[in-house]
Amino acid sequence: MKIELIQPFINAADAVLAQTLQGNVQVRDVTMQEEVYRRKGLAASVAISGDIEGRVIFDLDRDAVLSVARALTGEGTEPSEQFAGETVCELANMVVGNAITLLNDQGFRFKVYPPELHTAENGYAGTSKSESLVMLFETASGEVHMNIALDYSRQRSLTVAEAVAQ
Amino acid sequence: MEDNKALRMKDGQPVRYLVVDDSLFARKNLGRIVASFEGVVTGEAAHGLAAIEEYDRLQPDLVLMDVTMPEMEGIEAAGRIIAKHPGARIVMVSSVGDQDNISHALQKGVLHFVQKPVKPEQLHSVIKRVLDAKAPACLEGTAQS
Repeated sequence: MKIELIQPFINAADAVLAQTLQGNVQVRDVTMQEEVYRRKGLAASVAISGDIEGRVIFDLDRDAVLSVARALTGEGTEPSEQFAGETVCELANMVVGNAITLLNDQGFRFKVYPPELHTAENGYAGTSKSESLVMLFETASGEVHMNIALDYSRQRSLTVAEAVAQ
Repeated sequence: MEDNKALRMKDGQPVRYLVVDDSLFARKNLGRIVASFEGVVTGEAAHGLAAIEEYDRLQPDLVLMDVTMPEMEGIEAAGRIIAKHPGARIVMVSSVGDQDNISHALQKGVLHFVQKPVKPEQLHSVIKRVLDAKAPACLEGTAQS
């Protein structure tokens, strides 16, 4: 996995979380993971295909979900299961959208699929050819995990290799 | 605070919004923000096709439209609405704000593009400019202290 693919997601997550949670955000832990990812709280994944392929998972504990829902809707009550799921999906959508905006402007072309909420207890596999990077963001409202499994597509890799060869 | 200013029609009526986003969460968030400008969400839609129908039915003063949605995406829906109603005021609100998307939307006649997460003060400024620019004779942004 290339750092130039990951950095936009880190920057976007940092900015979106800081704004939506109205507080400081710190990256507390970064690990590489080869086994499947098992969710800790409420998780949504966003699939990407094109020059870059893979998926990004956003996983929030319940306190963080409640804080985001309160911050963005102004409601103080405990969100329903459906609304909590919508909250995680929209947060994932904002982070991935902001990240791919940067990558698009660098010339990458790809399709981003709508976020999918995952409630199953079984894990998420990484992409077929890469491990995933798991980042733990610590916020005043709770912990947020971001799991990134992205790589250049085969076609993009060939294009890069051809450019280098020339 | 900029986001505490009311945006009203010249006749004193609240601005009527159509909010289009496939996320209930996003629609609720936008509704809360425009309510802080003393606007009224007159209709909601979860995809582009529904947005076209709702625009025809409600004739809102301004549309806040997401880009990526099922059934029909926001930029195509915006283009169809503007083709039928040349005076339609549409602002795209999306997490994906790359140059291709923005250019494509502007070519369709969309008036502005706001990237999520939406900052109320930024949206206020955009809506005020859109209302003033599109129909300065009948609209105004009025400040309330």
